Amino acid sequence: MRNRFDEQLFELNREIIEMGAMCEEAIALASKALMTGDLELAYRVKANGSGIDQMERDIEGRCMKLLLHQQPVAGDLRLISAALKMITDMERIGDQAEDIAEIVTFLDGRTMEDVNLIEEMARETIQMVTSSVDAFVKKDVNLAYKVIARDDVVDDYFSKIKSSILNIIAENSSDGEFVLDLLMISKYFERIGDHATNIAEWVIYSVTGTHKEV
Amino acid sequence: MSSIISVKDMCLWYGEHQALKNVNIEIMPKSITAFIGPSGCGKSTFLKTLNRMNDLIPGVKITGDVRYEGTDIFAKEVDVNNLRKEIGMVFQKPNPFPMSIYDNVAYGPRTHGITNKVKLDEIVERALRDAAIWDEVKDRLKKNALGMSGGQQQRLCIARALAVQPKVLLMDEPTSALDPISTSRIEELVMELKENYTIVMVTHNMQQAVRVSDYTAFFLLGELVEFDKTDNIFSTPGDKRTEDYITGRFG
Repeated sequence: MRNRFDEQLFELNREIIEMGAMCEEAIALASKALMTGDLELAYRVKANGSGIDQMERDIEGRCMKLLLHQQPVAGDLRLISAALKMITDMERIGDQAEDIAEIVTFLDGRTMEDVNLIEEMARETIQMVTSSVDAFVKKDVNLAYKVIARDDVVDDYFSKIKSSILNIIAENSSDGEFVLDLLMISKYFERIGDHATNIAEWVIYSVTGTHKEV
Repeated sequence: MSSIISVKDMCLWYGEHQALKNVNIEIMPKSITAFIGPSGCGKSTFLKTLNRMNDLIPGVKITGDVRYEGTDIFAKEVDVNNLRKEIGMVFQKPNPFPMSIYDNVAYGPRTHGITNKVKLDEIVERALRDAAIWDEVKDRLKKNALGMSGGQQQRLCIARALAVQPKVLLMDEPTSALDPISTSRIEELVMELKENYTIVMVTHNMQQAVRVSDYTAFFLLGELVEFDKTDNIFSTPGDKRTEDYITGRFG
């Protein structure tokens, strides 16, 4: 009985890793589309998005089945309930990558190469997502705490971008729509950082049984 | 709140074999404590020690301190019959006496000297009501108890235990011989009884321990490995052996 259960938990792990990888790819593609203005990449993010949604359904189904069949307790229960919560955050990350890609399609080929801050912010959030999934795979509480700490860095980028947007407006108020898009994009990245933080918090719960203090 | 049963460094031997090793536990009043662990881990032995049911087994040696409401249960002046009146027991298989439903329940009070018919009627009704079986049997109290279903027999045995007004009920796998419906009735009953009684139960059904109990004690090889609130044991056990057992890695 336990062998079969272990196999199913292994499969659950594998699917979460796969979903995590899909999210990383979605953000990477969205940010590349943003930097290069390559619409082809932006459309691929959209296609990826439905794959992430499907993955969420699949993992959810697997978790429900495990809860029903195995009535898990202790570490098993924590792992499965953490998985159920994490995939919601992952799905949101996928949505936000899509939102960024969608804005790219409205930019008429205008790129953000000149805005270094956004590129740095994007890199930072991708790193957070990668590390949070990594922390789950390796059950690495320290790495999860590092992810949580990185969120401040991402938040900091958001404030910096906000002030630089104010400068752009002061210099050239006719560029209103572009800077608003810029603001939206950086807000999406900021939210992705929050979701990665949530994932990291669930990793800590799954391993230790206690939540990070609110 | 102070405990109703307090056990310190209790050891028990069956001849040369040590069945319990330095058990320490505090049972809280009006709570449900579940004992879990693989077969032969000592949980039933420990349960039976609490109302001195092991006294009758030849070759049993017990050391350590077991107190019920502050009194050493092994002290010379303790009357075992009185102790068992205070700490009643329900067994795995329903074991009604081959007599009427009424006489089963009245048996205990009668042996404790109650003969007044009105008084006995009152005690029998209250015990059957407390055991959630009154409505099913009130019209056939004179019928033989052996004609009841297994689930009813077990509730009758609980009524019989309650009739002498104990404070503690020890239950040794009270539902393992019952179907799911009867099991769930007993579980509900046990949770209702908690209002007025302290309940200690041995169970092999882990989900039952989760559903019913406030505290869980995990026994392994005669040792009390871990004792904590049930929610803690089943979500974040402190000992790896507990985790391995409850997640089905051994046992």
